[in-house]
Amino acid sequence: MSGPPDLPELLTPWERLREYTDARIALGRVGTSLPTAELLRFGQAHALARDAVQAELDVAALAQALGGEVVQVRSQAAHRSEYLRRPDLGRRLHPDSAQLLRATRRTPTPDILIMVSDGLSALAAQRQAAAVLHTLLPGLHAAGLQVAPVLIATQARVALADEAAELWGARLVIHLIGERPGLSSPDSLGAYLTYDPRPGTLDSARNCVSNIRPAGLDAGEAARRLVSLTVRALRRGLSGVELKDTDLLLEGQLE
Amino acid sequence: MSDAALYSATLGRTHHRFADLKDVLAKASPRKAGDELAGLAARSAAEREAARLCLSELPLTLFLQDLLIPYEDDEVTRLIVDSHDAAAFAPVSGLSVGQFRDWLLSDAATPEALRALAPGLTPEMVAAVCKLMRNQDLVLVARKCEVITRFRTTLGRRGHFSTRLQPNHPTDDLRGILASTLDGLMFGAGDAVIGVNPALDNVDACVRLLTMLDDLRQGLGAPIQTCVLTHVTNTLQAIERGAPVDLVFQSVAGAQGANAGFGIDLALLTEAHEAAQSLGRGSLFADGQRGQNVMYFETGQGSALSSGTHAGLDQQTAEARAYAVARAYSPLLVNTVVGFIGPEYLYDGKQIVRAGLEDHFCGKLLGLPMGCDICYTNHAEADSDDMDGLLTLLAAAGVTFIMGVPGADDIMLGYQSTSFHDAWYVRSVFGFPPAPEFAAWLEGTGITREGRLQLPPAGSPLREQLRQLGAG
Repeated sequence: MSGPPDLPELLTPWERLREYTDARIALGRVGTSLPTAELLRFGQAHALARDAVQAELDVAALAQALGGEVVQVRSQAAHRSEYLRRPDLGRRLHPDSAQLLRATRRTPTPDILIMVSDGLSALAAQRQAAAVLHTLLPGLHAAGLQVAPVLIATQARVALADEAAELWGARLVIHLIGERPGLSSPDSLGAYLTYDPRPGTLDSARNCVSNIRPAGLDAGEAARRLVSLTVRALRRGLSGVELKDTDLLLEGQLE
Repeated sequence: MSDAALYSATLGRTHHRFADLKDVLAKASPRKAGDELAGLAARSAAEREAARLCLSELPLTLFLQDLLIPYEDDEVTRLIVDSHDAAAFAPVSGLSVGQFRDWLLSDAATPEALRALAPGLTPEMVAAVCKLMRNQDLVLVARKCEVITRFRTTLGRRGHFSTRLQPNHPTDDLRGILASTLDGLMFGAGDAVIGVNPALDNVDACVRLLTMLDDLRQGLGAPIQTCVLTHVTNTLQAIERGAPVDLVFQSVAGAQGANAGFGIDLALLTEAHEAAQSLGRGSLFADGQRGQNVMYFETGQGSALSSGTHAGLDQQTAEARAYAVARAYSPLLVNTVVGFIGPEYLYDGKQIVRAGLEDHFCGKLLGLPMGCDICYTNHAEADSDDMDGLLTLLAAAGVTFIMGVPGADDIMLGYQSTSFHDAWYVRSVFGFPPAPEFAAWLEGTGITREGRLQLPPAGSPLREQLRQLGAG
């Protein structure tokens, strides 16, 4: 029972619209306020999201899910609470990790580096990253690109991948990172693509494919978009606002 | 007086020295996580009060001479200096920052006086006085400022309160967005704008969304404006393709470098402003003029630091400078997205509430139609009780508009804002109706009767839309 049946305000005859969206629509109203059942649902979702923010990445399990050669790195943020307050530390590699990457730089240098990290939702990396790579890696290989071993990073911000890519000499980096949890989406993954990455790169020089999760953007579709963006970024020698995730017609006009 | 003497204060037995004007402003700021992150904040509560004391004695004219970011380095500084109206400034030109606070709270600062003063104020003056004010001062003074703008609705009239309907969907699914839009309209939301944040950075997707929203608008015969909140370069391309663009959206910041981080400069904004105005899509109003406020800007404390381009400015001062950018383009709407940026800038509910009131005050004093996205993320120490507090305070301050998100849960951007129900809370407590044209439409279509929400009759335009989606 969501409320006394004689409250006409509770009736929301457009409830069937819910089949088109997960948004909290047709919630009803008491007076003009939120009915109790919805109030409690909101509180429960917020609690789950708060807990997701605090979750730690299970690196071993993620490495197993990804398969292939992976290398683990970490940022300078020592723990979750420091990570939340100090994004600057999350953008810089821990000296041990930087040293590791320096020592393992290969010749010839790779075209592409992929980093998978916890960001603000370890759950997202845990659940979505393997499915993205499953389509992304073959797509990049089919385009004739050399891809470095995948990096798994903890306590990471988006820009952490820039430093790693520079150390390994990659021309372009794709960073799959947990987005900040929403009430309905504690496990949404984002992908940031950056050409010629280096510390200090502006966000306007990145392209983002966001909301990668089963109820959002399908992992395979996200991977296909990333392959397309990668090929075009390398061809044009840039990424960011000048390289739009756009249609072929417009691309034809630009080139 | 030397800089060393000017930028110092004695509190009890301790003499506090500040490096320069930026340092005084930063240390006089209420505690914010972002200023601490930047290493700019006062190191003790006493140092903060010393900085406020020092600031209170500085003359307002100082802000015209001691430029926080050099004129030759920054086009926002040049905009601020070159557009300053000395005649409008004259009534307060002899005051210190502390005396300016007294003047703002006095009966001399009438709504008319404040409107006339706005072009004479720089963002730095406004940011400075803001740091001396309590939350209730920020409410009182902002409430005296009336800023009216219009496109198809008239926004900002005293005693009115508007909402942006924000029907986002994680994959830009047209029916999903339409469903949330209809839900909002059934709640009487959307008189500021129906504005979608697209998930895809894609001109095609934007054109599809713009077309769908414009078809809906025309089908309903509603006096509303619609917007897809994509990068200005996308909107320019959409205009070139003939898409129905009402408003141009863009995030803006208060320094040239920070704007570069957004991929914009003033010339690009000018181009977009002219392109949108040339479409002449605003309503013809009773005075024979067309609604020509075509820009929708978003800002928020911390964005400059977030892109590493704050130039040593505290986040509230940097934010106020963004309003100088906005002001140059006579926007329909300016929205400070106060709690979206996260706890590294605004740590908890207390800091979010303070920042929301500061931004609204500064924007209104500078003559902008300020709204606020009263919001928080799941990694901040805040919850809906904190938002209720800020919502109530901003309503008392006469905020122009807030967001209307279904159930306060934005399923695309992943944060919590205000809901359609929240807007009705304000209407109930304060008695504020929406924009007059929109209020009349709501009555006409049966969504409200004498200002109270009701179910519109079967066969009415909105019920027809619902029926077409199989939910009538």
